Amino acid sequence: MTLTPDAMGRALPRIEGGQKVAGTARYAFEHPVVGPLYLHPVQSTIARGRVTAIDTSTAEALDGVVAVLTHENAPRLADTSDAEFAVLQDDTVAFRGQYVAAVLAERSETAREAAELVEVTYDQQDHHVELDEDSPDLYAPDVVNPSFETDETVGDPEAALESAPVTVRQTYTTAMTHNNPMEPHTTVATWDAEDGRLTLFESTQGVSAVRTAVAGVLGLETGSVDVISPHVGGGFGSKGTPHANTVLAALAARAVPGRPVKYALTRQQMFDLVGYRTPTIQHVTLGAEADGRLTAIVHDVVEQTARFKEFAEQTAVYSRSMYATQNRRTSHRLVPLDVGVPSWMRAPGEAPGSFAAEVAMDELAVATGIDPVELRIRNEPAVSPASGLPFSSRHLVDCLRRGADRFAWRLRDPRPRARLVDGWWIGTGVAASSYPTNSMPGSSAVIRFHVDPSLDPALGAAGRYEVEIAAADIGTGARTVLTQIAADALGVRPETVHVAIGDTALPPATTAGGSSGTASWGATIADAADRFRDKWGDDPSDGAQADGSMPDNPYSGRYAMSAYGAHFAEVAVHADTGEVRVPRMLGVFAAGRILNPDTARSQLLGGMTMGLSMALHEESVLDPRSGHVINHDLANYHVTAHADVGVMEAEWIDEEDPYVNPMGCKGIGEIGIVGAAAAIANAAHHATGVRMRSVPMTLDDFVV
Amino acid sequence: MKPFTYARPDDAAGAVDLVAGDPDAAFLAGGTNLVDHLKLGIASPTTLVDVTSLTSDRIDDLPPAHGDTDGGLRIGAAVRNSDLAAHGRVRAEYPVLAEALLQGASGQLRNMATTGGNLLQRTRCAYFGDRTTPCNKREPGSGCSAIGGWARYHAILGATHEPAGQACVATHPSDMAVAMAVLDAQVQVLGPDGERTIPLEEFHRLPGDDPTRDTVLRHGELITAVDLPAAPIATSSTYRKVRDRASYAFALVSVAAAMEVVDGPDGPVVADVRIALGGVAHTPWRATRAEDALRGGPATDEAFRAAAAAETAGARPIESAVGGNAFKVPLVAGTLAAALRTLAHDPSTDPTEEPG
Repeated sequence: MTLTPDAMGRALPRIEGGQKVAGTARYAFEHPVVGPLYLHPVQSTIARGRVTAIDTSTAEALDGVVAVLTHENAPRLADTSDAEFAVLQDDTVAFRGQYVAAVLAERSETAREAAELVEVTYDQQDHHVELDEDSPDLYAPDVVNPSFETDETVGDPEAALESAPVTVRQTYTTAMTHNNPMEPHTTVATWDAEDGRLTLFESTQGVSAVRTAVAGVLGLETGSVDVISPHVGGGFGSKGTPHANTVLAALAARAVPGRPVKYALTRQQMFDLVGYRTPTIQHVTLGAEADGRLTAIVHDVVEQTARFKEFAEQTAVYSRSMYATQNRRTSHRLVPLDVGVPSWMRAPGEAPGSFAAEVAMDELAVATGIDPVELRIRNEPAVSPASGLPFSSRHLVDCLRRGADRFAWRLRDPRPRARLVDGWWIGTGVAASSYPTNSMPGSSAVIRFHVDPSLDPALGAAGRYEVEIAAADIGTGARTVLTQIAADALGVRPETVHVAIGDTALPPATTAGGSSGTASWGATIADAADRFRDKWGDDPSDGAQADGSMPDNPYSGRYAMSAYGAHFAEVAVHADTGEVRVPRMLGVFAAGRILNPDTARSQLLGGMTMGLSMALHEESVLDPRSGHVINHDLANYHVTAHADVGVMEAEWIDEEDPYVNPMGCKGIGEIGIVGAAAAIANAAHHATGVRMRSVPMTLDDFVV
Repeated sequence: MKPFTYARPDDAAGAVDLVAGDPDAAFLAGGTNLVDHLKLGIASPTTLVDVTSLTSDRIDDLPPAHGDTDGGLRIGAAVRNSDLAAHGRVRAEYPVLAEALLQGASGQLRNMATTGGNLLQRTRCAYFGDRTTPCNKREPGSGCSAIGGWARYHAILGATHEPAGQACVATHPSDMAVAMAVLDAQVQVLGPDGERTIPLEEFHRLPGDDPTRDTVLRHGELITAVDLPAAPIATSSTYRKVRDRASYAFALVSVAAAMEVVDGPDGPVVADVRIALGGVAHTPWRATRAEDALRGGPATDEAFRAAAAAETAGARPIESAVGGNAFKVPLVAGTLAAALRTLAHDPSTDPTEEPG
């Protein structure tokens, strides 16, 4: 089934835009509840050891304190197999910042003051928090996120490198970084003891996943947990899977039946408890003929995980499918540390992996004297290097050529450190980008029709279509785009469609992650619409209804499906001070049908800005003595500010792909960040002659 | 966050009495720093005395001093940073101050922050702001975590490295104060014993053996105004701030400079110069060694860098695996050269000048 586009492809204004501008769109913490208690946690001040005593008496004596939960008195959880969720269950401290107690009080200020008064005594053990690739604890995980092979070898890469006329052999590193959505992780949890129901107003990328996880941990029926999340102030992956904060709020609610428990993480807590991107050490070796054709790619990655729970970022996977070569090796090794567990952060794997891979390609361009755009074109594969399958569509070369044209690339003097303008060294750089076109099984949707005589006759419908699916709009525009998809699937005007999302009262849906949301939920709605029209035709009666579910894609396993792109960047480095500026960025993408040019552009520009941030700014500074991130606020942890963004443009080529899903769309939430940092690093090299193999790059890398 | 009493007396003298009589009371002005510290537990006053409406929020002309033709300015302590930056005479006669203000914080913060409060900002040292780490400024004798830790924003000049129980390598975060340091500003203070005037250069103090004290103010003393004397040299002045992103970040190194250049037989000569550095010390750092090295000499890049080298000859950078600050020594040279070069030419055509 392929949908005929009418509403799809139009710049339908964001449906909840007015509410957000007016401040009436309710985020998790803002849902009115009666008689709430406020939670403030006590966090461990050691990185490894045991709690030997907790004195809560002073805190409990404070006026307004209702309860202080510790591992000694907190309700027991039914399932602690996921160690991240085993909150307040025993005396073990596995990382600094771990929850060791929680105060519930009538006022948030009181809760915070009381938390300071809880006295915790520890038996402290030596901790290890620094990523060291020579660690004796280094190990190979069974798979890397989500289920890729850890290692992969094709052909004989060592022999190919041995005989390669040109080789590039370098080490690249990327920093530990933390997702920092504007809205911190937030829960309002209420336990109704009589009915045995738990209600969570939650800031999440997937209400269904939260429901399943929390129900399992607390030992409740899935249907006894309601999760409501109509609006989310960003997530970037950190709200893609529930973390300990949600369990803590739910646990606390069970301790005070009938009273809503409100818990919003402080910005500092965002650096302790809800995931982050692992730092990476990446060894990349490229072998090539003199004409630049790759004969071997080796990409070996070392990164960290938590000792108490594994997360393995799929950093080298990018190199498995990007360029043609007969010989390839990729591998991942983890160092378990006494730290919080890493997790998803926008384009896990692809973002750090593409940095190393695409800077290495630039180094190969310099080594062979071949233009970096041309070098990539010469290594364009005919079929997927990873699977051997044909591509459902792949227009990387078109993106590179169009971007080069738009960036006046043919006028570029390839020599580094050749342009000094008004005290700034100026250079340009390019990098490719790709992101897999994922879709997740498991969503369902319902469509209902209601006759509405008040409807404008010009809309050509007798009533309204209610589309229900527990999807998430984390600021992406999903609600709007799903409305467009539903309209085309039903063959009606989008004004007659209302899409309800973000609530477990609706049919379950997969999480907004892996850039899979629109593809998965859209295909599900298309299925429901198909059944609706089969059942009711195009003139339904009042109350007409049909259910649908995520269909299998008949082309899955027959085609390799990914989106592609090309980043171009101009970088200026101040000759006296080393300050780095990026006056211009251009991203050209091929991502199937673009369903809404306005929301799509926001996604792509947002990804590119995050890539700029990765290139120049973001770095979580972990103090090895204490084991925690010391720059844990937005004054010290720098995210790119408006003034850092110069002229930034995202555009796309019209790509038709009949194989990916009924909409012909590919995910666009993450591809904007992939390769962006490499383009900037490559431009910085062109500007200054200084090769940046580590991000973020800062002015001290250039000042002499 | 501990409960506190909020007081709003009728006049400045009443506010001074309230705070002077209670060792745990504090003045509250714009609150852009103190309110953060209340949340973080860095400050826990029992009484907050709101002074925002008790001191002047005007910028007044001062009469000419004896022998001068022009008078300076009196800036009320309650003047907001944004209003001060926008003032016509400040922009025309003290551009270094307007530029410094506009490169500080964000528009929203500048609308709240006051002149008096800006001078009393506390260091943004991450360890000072984190009660779970040792810090001699917050907890005397506990040690200095920045030494051997994340010291990217920390001092290279005038810091205390030993003994461990007194060490402090924090920097003063204000941009405004660095500009005022080259303007020979005078801080007007009202205390329980009456009024006094403190030259800005003496207002902030090095950590010495007591890093808990940032300034020479005594408890209960309230800043009422800052006077800027007439300074013809300041019409040729600039503020150059170097930081880790293009706005909304504290200085790694900043330079406030005013310079008068005259033609000499072998090219332009520095007739007079005033320089202060930010981001390098516990105080705005008046760079008198650099000034002395430049005065009467050629206005060349080489001389500018040599002057910076003279100023940083005694620098003591911090080595650290998680972010040392040795780069600040060459960065001072580069930043000073960039700033003075714009003053040796026409500053209005400076291509490197950026908005905050």
